[in-house]
Amino acid sequence: MTLLDRRLIFVTGKGGVGKTSVAAGLALMAASRGQRTLLCDVDAKGGVAAAFESGPLRFKPQEVSPNLFAMVMDTEESLNEYLRIQLRVPFVPRLGPLARSFDFVASAAPGVREILVVGKLAHEVRQNNYDLVVVDAPATGHVVGQLASPAAIHDLVRVGPVRDQTAWMLDILRNPSVTGTAIVAVPEEMPVTETIELGERLQEETEVALAGVIVNRVLPELFSRREELVFDRLGTTKAMELLCADAGAATEKVFAGAELAVRLRRSRAAHIARLRDGLPPATPMLFVPELFTRASGIRATRMLAEALEDEL
Amino acid sequence: MSSGQLGQLLASKEVIIVCGPGGVGKTTVSAAAGIKAAHELGGRILVLTVDPARRLATALGLDQVGNEATQIDPERLTIDGIEARGELWVAQLDTKASWDDLVRQHAPDAATRDAILANTLYENVTAKFVQSHDYIAMERLHDLHASGDYDLIIIDTPPSRHAVDFLDAPERMAEFFSSRLLRWLTVPYRSKLFTAASKPFYSVADRVLGQQFLREIADFFLLFQTMYKGFVERATEVQRTLRDDRTSFVVVSTLEAASVNECQYFMDALDERDLHLGGVVFNRALPKYFTSRPASTAARKLDRHCESLAAELALGDYAPEMVARVISDVATGFLDFSLAATRQAETKARLVSAPGVGVTTLALLAADASDFETLTTISRSL
Repeated sequence: MTLLDRRLIFVTGKGGVGKTSVAAGLALMAASRGQRTLLCDVDAKGGVAAAFESGPLRFKPQEVSPNLFAMVMDTEESLNEYLRIQLRVPFVPRLGPLARSFDFVASAAPGVREILVVGKLAHEVRQNNYDLVVVDAPATGHVVGQLASPAAIHDLVRVGPVRDQTAWMLDILRNPSVTGTAIVAVPEEMPVTETIELGERLQEETEVALAGVIVNRVLPELFSRREELVFDRLGTTKAMELLCADAGAATEKVFAGAELAVRLRRSRAAHIARLRDGLPPATPMLFVPELFTRASGIRATRMLAEALEDEL
Repeated sequence: MSSGQLGQLLASKEVIIVCGPGGVGKTTVSAAAGIKAAHELGGRILVLTVDPARRLATALGLDQVGNEATQIDPERLTIDGIEARGELWVAQLDTKASWDDLVRQHAPDAATRDAILANTLYENVTAKFVQSHDYIAMERLHDLHASGDYDLIIIDTPPSRHAVDFLDAPERMAEFFSSRLLRWLTVPYRSKLFTAASKPFYSVADRVLGQQFLREIADFFLLFQTMYKGFVERATEVQRTLRDDRTSFVVVSTLEAASVNECQYFMDALDERDLHLGGVVFNRALPKYFTSRPASTAARKLDRHCESLAAELALGDYAPEMVARVISDVATGFLDFSLAATRQAETKARLVSAPGVGVTTLALLAADASDFETLTTISRSL
């Protein structure tokens, strides 16, 4: 079973690892394979809109690319939709006091905000509105609380409609062939450590399966061992003099850059190995190369989708 | 000792709040700033991390960093035989323990205190859900500052979606306790008289949440209301600490486009709230030589001439084809990175900063700053 055979994927990871770009790339790839796909920006930071150069997105999904629909999460609108559809509460505009006080309720009653996010996404799956829902989920630490919220509410509320609601959400979230998390990591010290920890926490504190780890910004193999010996020889005074005579004194800077690249690659390779060791043995790992490009927006998203396509 | 961009800020402030998007090295910068301050300024310096992950612990090579502060061995702070002038302490925020402390402080009597600590909702609010982090972090910062135990406190904050939240957390807490909602929620339990205003709210809330859950929420808030006065006063004081002249914010960012956008967003948020921005730190910048024109010219030449150069070098042990390939790889590898460096320079130029705000750029290191020595090296370029 590959990542895209599921129906609901929460893409998470430590901040700064390219979580949004990877989520956008995954969604674009699925859509280009013919899956009707919904991509949801949970943090509403505008990253998804930038990835597709779509202009500001709203709660109501809009088609940003063929087969691909994008939305931003809005807990208040999600609450309105929930009351209307699930509980058949009429006359939503008359909920004045509730709407105004919503921010307070959300920050006070535990898990309200979280469950409105997860509930909306699970609802789209339940209604079969899309073949696949890709979530640009909150970063490490926050995603655990979000995914744990239906179970937490389920435990707190023993009767009533909310309990019934959490029951079907849990059915969707608990099913590993329907729902999974994908953690995005980069091969550096802290992101690897946090990815391993997050994998453990997701397993212990939520019932959502870990569907895979996507390692972003992997540097290309620069030299084989033997080539590295050649590289070392080129760095000796005599060879360097000859190279500088041909290409100019700045040749030394070119070699300094290559030296940095080699060292970066070595330290990143070590972190990839540590990541592999730290994850549960059967966890699928996908590798996305560092994309050396000045492209941004939809062009960069396409490049990332192609790189992912090669991996799947 | 020399003083970089941040030196003056460290010397003139008592609280430095290090913020910015996730994954940019805030903890590294905080720890390095702490080392620098301990060296150059003397006094007692505290680095406090509020991040849920145990980053500071790893970065400082400590196994256990709890709510209690731990002192860094002065010997480790000795650089080139020069002892640090001050003491460096580190602590990590324990959300649950801090909330418990707060309740103990403000509960009117032992019975209320125990009822709150045992309340199911209380446990959920404080332990499971992340928003409670923001307020308690600022509360703890205020507490430590007010204690007078430290000459300088450097606090490392959660990523910026929450960073703006934490700026507003004290105000929200005060608002919350004086909100109408609280009165509505607790009205049926305070008196038999339902007000006309609370009725529609109740019929909906009842339907959504159910009687029993509503009752629990009301219980929780009734208990919490006993601490109303203390809490609001505290929240106001905490707010004052953030605005104090002795407090300053440092925004850390990498030169990734997304990161710089967030950094800008954060700087604007500080500005809107009249909070003091003391400096910007760009972390993990590619070295300057990647954007040097002679270097990229040299790289292109090397790539074009790789075969003739390999023949001329005649490295006996290695086939000329292999030598040519290595020269070509070195050149194209350089050009790849210079593309990335150009992009970084463009991104940096986009950031609009207020005049007089120092910008520090830290170079990308081949290895991560996970050991004390590297942190010490970084502290010297701040």
